[in-house]
Amino acid sequence: MSVTPTSPDSIIPRLKAETLSSLTKKGVRADGRGLEDFREVKIITNYLPKADGSALVKLGDTQVLVGVKIELGSPYPDTPEEGVLVVSAEFVPTASPAFEPGPPDENAIELARVIDRVLREYGVIDTSKLAIIPGRKAWVVWIDIYVLDHGGNLIDASAIATLAALLTTRIPKYTVSENELIQVDKSSFSGPLPVVRKAVTVTIGKLGDSLIVDPTIEEEKVVSSKLIVGVGEDGSIAGLQKSGDGYLTLQEVEKAIQLALKKGGELLAKIAESVKSPEATSAGSAGTPSVEGEKPPESNA
Amino acid sequence: MGAQTEQRVERVLVTPGDKLAEGDYKILTPTTAYRVGTSYYSSIVGLLELNPQEKSLKVIPLKGSYYPRVGDVVIGIVSDVGLTNWELDIRAPFPGILYAVDYLGRAINPSKENLKDFLDVGDVIVGKVEVFDRTRNPVISTKGKEFGKVVDGALVEISPVKIPRLIGKKGSMQSLIESETNCKLIIGNNGRVLVLCEDKRYEEIVVRAIRKIDVEAHISGLTDRVKEFILVEKVKRGLVGNEERKA
Amino acid sequence: MKREKPKLVSEDGVRHDGRRLDELRPVKMEVGVLSNASGSAYVEFGKTRVIAAVYGPREPPQRYMVLPHRAVLRCRYHMAPFSTDERKNPAPSRREIEISKVIREALEPVVMSEAFPRTSIDVFIEVISADGGTRTAALNAASLALADAGVPMRDLVAAVAVGKVDGYLVLDIDQVEDNYGEADMPVAMAPSLNMVTLLQLNGVLSPQEFSQALNLALKGVNEVYKLQKETLRNKYLVRVE
Repeated sequence: MSVTPTSPDSIIPRLKAETLSSLTKKGVRADGRGLEDFREVKIITNYLPKADGSALVKLGDTQVLVGVKIELGSPYPDTPEEGVLVVSAEFVPTASPAFEPGPPDENAIELARVIDRVLREYGVIDTSKLAIIPGRKAWVVWIDIYVLDHGGNLIDASAIATLAALLTTRIPKYTVSENELIQVDKSSFSGPLPVVRKAVTVTIGKLGDSLIVDPTIEEEKVVSSKLIVGVGEDGSIAGLQKSGDGYLTLQEVEKAIQLALKKGGELLAKIAESVKSPEATSAGSAGTPSVEGEKPPESNA
Repeated sequence: MGAQTEQRVERVLVTPGDKLAEGDYKILTPTTAYRVGTSYYSSIVGLLELNPQEKSLKVIPLKGSYYPRVGDVVIGIVSDVGLTNWELDIRAPFPGILYAVDYLGRAINPSKENLKDFLDVGDVIVGKVEVFDRTRNPVISTKGKEFGKVVDGALVEISPVKIPRLIGKKGSMQSLIESETNCKLIIGNNGRVLVLCEDKRYEEIVVRAIRKIDVEAHISGLTDRVKEFILVEKVKRGLVGNEERKA
Repeated sequence: MKREKPKLVSEDGVRHDGRRLDELRPVKMEVGVLSNASGSAYVEFGKTRVIAAVYGPREPPQRYMVLPHRAVLRCRYHMAPFSTDERKNPAPSRREIEISKVIREALEPVVMSEAFPRTSIDVFIEVISADGGTRTAALNAASLALADAGVPMRDLVAAVAVGKVDGYLVLDIDQVEDNYGEADMPVAMAPSLNMVTLLQLNGVLSPQEFSQALNLALKGVNEVYKLQKETLRNKYLVRVE
């Protein structure tokens, strides 16, 4: 059952709300950004030694870690020649005073399902290349989104991390014997995950009467509703989700989508740039992550 | 009998989002209508009464639950007994609070006296909403001779929004029922009515008349129909002796 | 995820069930169908059937689950085990949890919750037969049930889903069209106030297709809105002898 949030974390002092509102009316935001500006995005791929693909993304104070694991499984009965994609998200209690331990709440579920739909409907992964024995065995791509620190705009940060992780994911090496026994050798790889198209999400928030891109956690408390737009690399709309207790007018919907498509294109370019090809494995035992000279995140004060 | 003839006011059925008027009007019934710029909209399913001369509008709800207002007369049922107060079920989202010092007219000593001895769970009280500031439960007062514990009579529950219709313009419907049956009605704004009849045979007639008003409140000509109904019921029960049947 | 894909729209724009591209399924709506609820509604769109009940404003079961300045909305969308082709496990799925959220968020902007501080307004929707468009039918029923309960709202919420099937944009998709189609876009609006309160897209549309789809949705929403108003009126416009 979905319930109106009653936690005190959702209350923002009126003074602050008015300040943010009047700033956006003037076309600026508290951190000096323009209404249409993203915060700086830092992407670190191959972050996790035990994952088949991974990425850590920092977007302002938001930090999201995505781990991809490729495991043996069975295909769905109505798609016997295709692999399986599973997307889950966890809002871990480390990320915010508002996150309690327990199963994913409606916000985590919504985030996972929105990203799942964008990946699936846009065909980001060519699942037809993931069948091993049609009807019996296929690869399952487990995408686990771990929100480590909540600084606002978790969905876009997660979508960026997901795409970056997928682009650097490698399928483990495997052999099929005569009696259809499959042996997986995790110490080496048979090739990259077939990522054939790229898509990401862009969240547009409605603050007062203005539309803003990439809201911070403070701004999110004042934003009355959001439109999450799935943006495909060819400029298609790959998904939509209106989220939040407010509303958008028909005109605001059209405007938000136009804005999102523009910013989405910029994001996709940035992600492509910062991803290293998975073929370039480091020498010695493959599976050692090649961290791009970055240290693990410092704790934010 | 001289019952007031009902004013045939044109009442229009409206639904949420229906535009009611344009201009500068006074909304007499808050929460049932609202204003955006110079347009007025209904927020409920109800009957619109528009008064262009007085520039006022009113939407009478056809359905709704009871939400306490200071000054309301309420008929409550004791639901819990505390040390210095009772909790009353007043058919609202919150229980009513009746303080012992109010009901008894004096302070009590909780260690020596047990409130159960005065009022227990299930007892029926008539009182008035004295305090309700939305941060705590409504406080009910029984000061006044028409208030206090009820020991006799039939209790009827109807939709709280029909109570004004049961009372009638200037109490006309209530007087009609009382005079035609020689019964007394204690009407709570919270949708509860107490029927007290000297002659118990009339009690059932009154109860049925009240239920009829609950169902037909929005249909015009109600007063005449209720009058007719009571008469028919009296005849059925042989209560109209040598009285001539009025045309 | 498609098996042998059937042809769903003919060249002259006739859908598999005989409907035109911009035609709703047969719709049935009724209010006041449950005796205990403050308000209730039954809605049918073709073979999709839902019942909605509203309880409140009332004290919530946990007294602390309140807000000081307004009512809390609690909303549950749930599918009965016998509602789908294959029996559905009665435990709430991730899909039902997400849909409960988007339905609540579609009602929040219209319900005048400030009128009832410290209370809970509960909306329970059960899908008893699912043939596509369950969340929009659910929202239409929830909206009617709230009005039936006398809960003040700025406007009714009317909802419909637009789909892209065999390349055509169609109104009010059913299950078959949803399964084999290229896009499914549920839209909900408070039409008198130009408020879009629910908008989702599962699938891919070009920006031009999206604009057309939105227009088609608007047409559907207005038709549904009219039916909702008629349903509410019909309950009270009764002749008395």
